[in-house]
Amino acid sequence: MPRSLEVQTLSKRYRLGRIQHHQMLREQIVELIKHPFGRRATEAESIWALRDVSFEVDEGEVVGIIGRNGAGKSTLLKILSKITYPTSGKVKVKGRVASLLEVGTGFHEELTGRENVYLNGSILGMRKREVDERLDAIVAFSGVEQFIDTPIKRYSSGMRLRLGFAVAAHLEPDVLIVDEVLAVGDAGFQKKCIATMEGLRKGGRTVLFVSHNLAAVENLCSRGIWIDAGKIRMDGGVTDAIKGYMGSFVDEQVSGSDLSGTENRLGTGEIRYTRLEYLGTDGTPCAMTRSGDALVLRFHFHADKPIREPSFGFRLYTEMGTLITETYHRLLGIHIPKVEPGDGYIDAEIESLNLVPGRYALSLWITAPGGTPVYDGDVRASLEVEVADVYRSGRMLDSRSGLVYFPQRWNITKV
Amino acid sequence: MNLETFREFWLYRELVYFLAWRDVKVRYKQTVLGVLWAIIQPLFTMVIFTLLFGGLAKISTDGIPGPIFYLSALVPWTYFSSTVGNAGMSLVSNSGLLTKIYFPRIILPAAAALSGLIDFLIGTVFLGGFVLYYGVPLGANLLLWPALVVLLVLLALGLGIFFAALNVKYRDVKYALPFLIQLLMFATPIIYPVSMIPDRFRWLLALNPLSGLIETFRWLVAPSRPIDWNLLGFSVAITGILFVVGLAYFHSTERTMADIV
Repeated sequence: MPRSLEVQTLSKRYRLGRIQHHQMLREQIVELIKHPFGRRATEAESIWALRDVSFEVDEGEVVGIIGRNGAGKSTLLKILSKITYPTSGKVKVKGRVASLLEVGTGFHEELTGRENVYLNGSILGMRKREVDERLDAIVAFSGVEQFIDTPIKRYSSGMRLRLGFAVAAHLEPDVLIVDEVLAVGDAGFQKKCIATMEGLRKGGRTVLFVSHNLAAVENLCSRGIWIDAGKIRMDGGVTDAIKGYMGSFVDEQVSGSDLSGTENRLGTGEIRYTRLEYLGTDGTPCAMTRSGDALVLRFHFHADKPIREPSFGFRLYTEMGTLITETYHRLLGIHIPKVEPGDGYIDAEIESLNLVPGRYALSLWITAPGGTPVYDGDVRASLEVEVADVYRSGRMLDSRSGLVYFPQRWNITKV
Repeated sequence: MNLETFREFWLYRELVYFLAWRDVKVRYKQTVLGVLWAIIQPLFTMVIFTLLFGGLAKISTDGIPGPIFYLSALVPWTYFSSTVGNAGMSLVSNSGLLTKIYFPRIILPAAAALSGLIDFLIGTVFLGGFVLYYGVPLGANLLLWPALVVLLVLLALGLGIFFAALNVKYRDVKYALPFLIQLLMFATPIIYPVSMIPDRFRWLLALNPLSGLIETFRWLVAPSRPIDWNLLGFSVAITGILFVVGLAYFHSTERTMADIV
């Protein structure tokens, strides 16, 4: 197979000050007076978003790139699509690259659907002639024929998405780079996306695909690259890469997890999780959690200073990375006015853990109201759910029963 | 900067056209008067100038009818000021594009310069109406018009790309630029003719590349006096320097734009 993409010892360093606030001339002048002999970006003030990343992709390969938030996936895609430049290293690409980091880039509210197809197509690198040729196909694919001459400010978000994707689907690039487009849109849209990428693969195009939807990655990709803290942790079969990645979520703990040492967590750190305990409703640690059990999650934390209106929450994932649920106390209308400096804990009481047996991953976070700043994020813990006779029938649930179960009653008097 | 840069720009030339077309389409959408706004602005400025500077202050118009004297300078000036302003803001206001997709970044200010030409042409036709009304004799000097337009575009674009690149890094530009443009108007022979400036200060006027440019635009429709080749020569030279410097600065910052915008 001919080579389509070559990445050689790619590194990218960001200076923290530069991405955190916009530069003011005044700050630069003050800085110059304070440190007249230069104290430019030192190692402490910069982070390596990518460090010595190398890999090669053959024509017709579909590669899934997985990793945590902030691991460097998006930086890699941005370098590959030439939006940003590497600090060192080289990228060689054969043929036309199209990157889809967003659907409908450059759409203008006031323009009609048709006008936006031309604009967006042109931004994505299509010639006018090419858009002319493919216009009918694009409009048909989008399913918004009726509204094609209506300004898109009147469109629903779903219609916008479909129109944007329809343009992208008709790009016919040699290398397609896709970031998280599946995270938005309904099931029908996701299906269309996957079918399109499938079509590209069959047509011998190279696809690089980033998604948190690991099920989609597994379905679509033959190869997986797991990136962690700016480095390639695993490059191989897609199932192995996903297993390895999800394995990094899991800590060996039964009645709780020590969270103080968790690496690679996000956030500014004024307040951090220190420990997660699994308790029974009576407050005693439970050594084993079974399907259908009542469970108290006790989140211990430590605050360095008073924090106003913090928001505590968590996400629950399957071992394969499918998000089952995300929840937090504000969702239930409960507000915490203030947390004083020092240690404390907060309990989340789950009446019935309606999960099938298996291993689950938790990702905990603490943020300010509205989601930013993130004080603590991506803190990993695991939860083992054991088999239980939830229906009291002697039949056990297992992972083949799905992800969750619904407590239910059947009425058979009319049979 | 190398040949590759220019080749790439050529590949993306249609995008310049589409972005300019977007700007023009959007500019007068949902307005009642629509494209008339392209005339209203210079018209009212011209009327006020005629009343205030010509009528009240009795500033000389070199014997040219007031409307033609002011309008012939205002049309290129309006193009210059709006293009430098729009091009200067183009990268920041399109930061969504900058961080999501690759294209030669210079496309954005270039599109701003192109879209401004529509208003410029409308203004020029409007000026033409006054020229016919006053029965100004037109001659072969009109052949110089296309060259002057190219010079005007290069000057506005050269400054526009410089400020656009600077604006990505220092948002001070957003506040400084409108102010600078306002000051520049008074340093340019728009409300006064060059002949009013004493000879010993002429060199100061020549440092402003707009002086020769605007003066020659005026000369096209009112050739009351011989063309000042010296002044125009300075304009061409300074425009050339500004354009090259602007381009070089833009190019040197292009790689980091998406990271800091």
